[in-house]
Amino acid sequence: MIVLLLILQVLLVVALAPLVTGVVRKTKARLMRRRGPSLIQPYRDLARLLRKEPVVAHNASILFTAAPTFIFAATWTAAALVPTFFLNTELGVAADFITVVGILAAARFALALAGLDVGTAFGGLGASREMMIASVAEPAMLMLIFSLALVGGTTRLPDLALFVQSPTLGLHISLMLAFLGLAMIAVAENGRIPVDNAATHLELTMVHEAMVLEYSGRHLALIELAQSTKLLLYISLIAAVFVPWGSAPAGSDGLHYLFGFAFYLAKLAVGAVALGVFEVTIAKLRVFRVPQFIGVALMLGLLAALLRLVSQGL
Amino acid sequence: MLLILLCLVALLAVSLLAAFTSAKAWANSAIYGASALLSAAVLAAALLALTSGRVALLVLPIGLPWLGLHLRLDALAAGFLAIVALGGTVSSVYALGYGRHEDAPGRVLPFVPAFLAAMSFVILADDAFAFLLAWEVMSLLSWALVVSHDRSPENLQAGLVYVVMAGVGTLCLMLAFALLAGPGGFAFEAMRSRSFGAGVTAAVLLLALAGAGSKAGLFPLHAWLPLAHPAAPSHVSALMSGIMTKVAVYAFIRIAFDILGPIDWRLGLVVIVVGAATAVLGVLYAILQNDLKRLLAYSTVENVGIIFLGLGLALAFRADGLAAAAALAFTGALFHVFNHALFKSLLFFGAGAIQTATGTRDLDRLGGLINGMPRTAGLFLIGAAAISALPPLNGFASEWLIFQAAFQSSHFSQWGLRLLAPTAAAMLALAAALAAACFVKAFGTAFLGRPRSDAAKQAHETDRASQIAMAALAAGCVLAGVLPSTILAVIAPITQRLTGTTMPIQDLGALLPVAGSHNSYSGLVIALCFLAATLTIALAIHLFAQRGLRRSAIWDCGYPEDNALSQYSSGSFAQPIRRVFASTVAQESVVMPPPGDLAPSRFKLVLWDPAWQTLYAPAAAAVLALADRVNGFQYLTIRRYLGIVFVTLVFLLTVLAVWR
Repeated sequence: MIVLLLILQVLLVVALAPLVTGVVRKTKARLMRRRGPSLIQPYRDLARLLRKEPVVAHNASILFTAAPTFIFAATWTAAALVPTFFLNTELGVAADFITVVGILAAARFALALAGLDVGTAFGGLGASREMMIASVAEPAMLMLIFSLALVGGTTRLPDLALFVQSPTLGLHISLMLAFLGLAMIAVAENGRIPVDNAATHLELTMVHEAMVLEYSGRHLALIELAQSTKLLLYISLIAAVFVPWGSAPAGSDGLHYLFGFAFYLAKLAVGAVALGVFEVTIAKLRVFRVPQFIGVALMLGLLAALLRLVSQGL
Repeated sequence: MLLILLCLVALLAVSLLAAFTSAKAWANSAIYGASALLSAAVLAAALLALTSGRVALLVLPIGLPWLGLHLRLDALAAGFLAIVALGGTVSSVYALGYGRHEDAPGRVLPFVPAFLAAMSFVILADDAFAFLLAWEVMSLLSWALVVSHDRSPENLQAGLVYVVMAGVGTLCLMLAFALLAGPGGFAFEAMRSRSFGAGVTAAVLLLALAGAGSKAGLFPLHAWLPLAHPAAPSHVSALMSGIMTKVAVYAFIRIAFDILGPIDWRLGLVVIVVGAATAVLGVLYAILQNDLKRLLAYSTVENVGIIFLGLGLALAFRADGLAAAAALAFTGALFHVFNHALFKSLLFFGAGAIQTATGTRDLDRLGGLINGMPRTAGLFLIGAAAISALPPLNGFASEWLIFQAAFQSSHFSQWGLRLLAPTAAAMLALAAALAAACFVKAFGTAFLGRPRSDAAKQAHETDRASQIAMAALAAGCVLAGVLPSTILAVIAPITQRLTGTTMPIQDLGALLPVAGSHNSYSGLVIALCFLAATLTIALAIHLFAQRGLRRSAIWDCGYPEDNALSQYSSGSFAQPIRRVFASTVAQESVVMPPPGDLAPSRFKLVLWDPAWQTLYAPAAAAVLALADRVNGFQYLTIRRYLGIVFVTLVFLLTVLAVWR
């Protein structure tokens, strides 16, 4: 049973990812009074890219063609390790919150190298900015994990969810601060406005798109899918830690799982719409203002940790 | 023990032999082959001693008359001896090939085996005299290795700074041992049985931190390291950066954890702060470098900082009676010692291969080497990913343990430590993230992109022996990351001895920081997941996607630029990070002529190291001024010399008379 569920989850995170991206795009379009592409347009785009022949620069090395596979494999692994509609304690043994961050860092490492491979100015620009943003975002992420670990006593995701689910949980200011911080990091890590704009090319502010400029065909499909999966991962992560209600606990019956599944879909939808609304209401930041944006998340994490320490009594 | 001693003496003999035969054609292979075999024997013996758990003691009637020469092989010594021997073996194998490409390889040949033996003797020494003697010999031999090869003025300057700093470090250690030695004498066993007051403990710990830290490269005593380590030939750079800094870590552990008794938590706090500052500043300087080997040397500074951060946490936990957490932090630090020895040696070997192939280590003259030297590129990539703390490799496993140790900080009874630990963890995360940026830059500018010089265009793969040495280290990085429990089982006796307990028994592959905790990490499962996902994707691509591949010109949004200099260079890659984090130490100035003026515009970047300006430069000026004064004594008449001798004698007699 549990094996089936795990396999289902592993497939689910990939199957739903383009839909989440579609919902975000649709929300933004509607708010701008456009009709927008249909919700399943991302699936059509992927299918189209897979059918096309990839065009690769003459001097591209093997790293360039191998990187998309690794990037998607790593992102997929990380997404499968985050609890979705049930609290999987089995795979939780393999990885905690820090490991998920580490695996995403591995994917980013490969992506930045791929950006440098062909030797274009755009690729280098994207790679160097991506690593700069990551070097601010990772400490902030760790700080948030630290505050969560202080509150919940663990860095393992299902256990954190169980802790927040417990009826005895009172009002935790630290948790709220951590939630805000994590939401900001999620925006930054997924390259959404105000940090990066996924919908633009040829703009001096682009980061992610500059790195993948040389990709086409199946390589681009894998990278786009990885990007969608990462977005789904972050929404699942925030949902699993801060709004774990409705997720089926380990060892429950079939109805619970169905129930949890419905809740999970609802959470994804809410997350995607919220992201779309947020993106429409805010302007893009200059690249060198991004560290300040993420610095706020870092401060929130620090504040959450300190509040927790103070409330325990010095 | 006897076998090890025999091997070390044989290494010294090989050195002596090398001094006479270094001009011969066969000398390179013979000497490095012999030292590889002897190091491998030492490695086997050290591992055997570590697993058997016995403590071997030996007192030889040489050295000071009333002291003798005390040697001791306990778990800690065996562990570090294994690291030294491992480094010795792989770098000797590497040098079998690399040594042949060097110009004048004979110059360094006599020093390498003796250097290995001296490092081993530092670890085996069980009295202060033998320790300091071996330490000084190690310093002098490494200095000789730095200056023997390259006679450029900068190199001699680097050697001078190094030898002065090594002297300062030895002085600190000497003072520490002087405080530790009591009526029982200089043997470590006698020191262990003494108990010390709080003041003496603090003084000894700080002196040990300065003495060992100056050799290991702790901030602010690190400034010599990035000058000296890159100046040596690459296999020696690997030994100095990967192994000799670990001998310094060993010296600190021996004094702080073994000889000294209980330590106040405030001293642990000092070590944590110094470690965290070193980690962040080291990697920040690393990312600003354009010289590949200097970048690696600064990255050594960073990793030493991470190790000391772990050791400081262990000291603080131990002072607070939290044995399980102390064991966790200590294990994390030791694991990182091992890991850093592996990947830093690998990266220096890679840098050596690049230097052999292209004749330069300036990143801005490299590029595209992955086409000419694909094997070196692959192995270097594994090292770069491991040092950037990416799962499932070994760097992530050890840093994960140190993170988990920091998470134990809520159990501290001192609020100062509780508040400090989250900040230290954030610094560690910052160091890890910057390291990833740094090695994306190093690998990306050297191996990827288009060649920036003709030499880079014509680079070929390095020789077979070098490849074998690098492949062995890369395999070590992967195995230690995927199966960390094997390494932790080897570390466990050391942790047991020095922190009173060990980490819980580990499953195959999965790491469990403290008993009863639910946090765990399994490199094996992650690696298998990666593999399964990759295979699935490959299969899906094969079944459903268009399988062809068309080669074409670079796209670059329709405006490709043929000039390879239009690529991002090492400096421009680092620019965003420089601007965000290092605007105080890196000053850029742009000189732009007015419109219509045909003068070229200039961009100038000045990097400076505050430690250099505030600490080294005044100290150097003071030493030189003193030397000028003292210089006068060289040209006196015999009458004056006799007068000085007489005055000194009278002075000393007066002192003695007053003292009594």
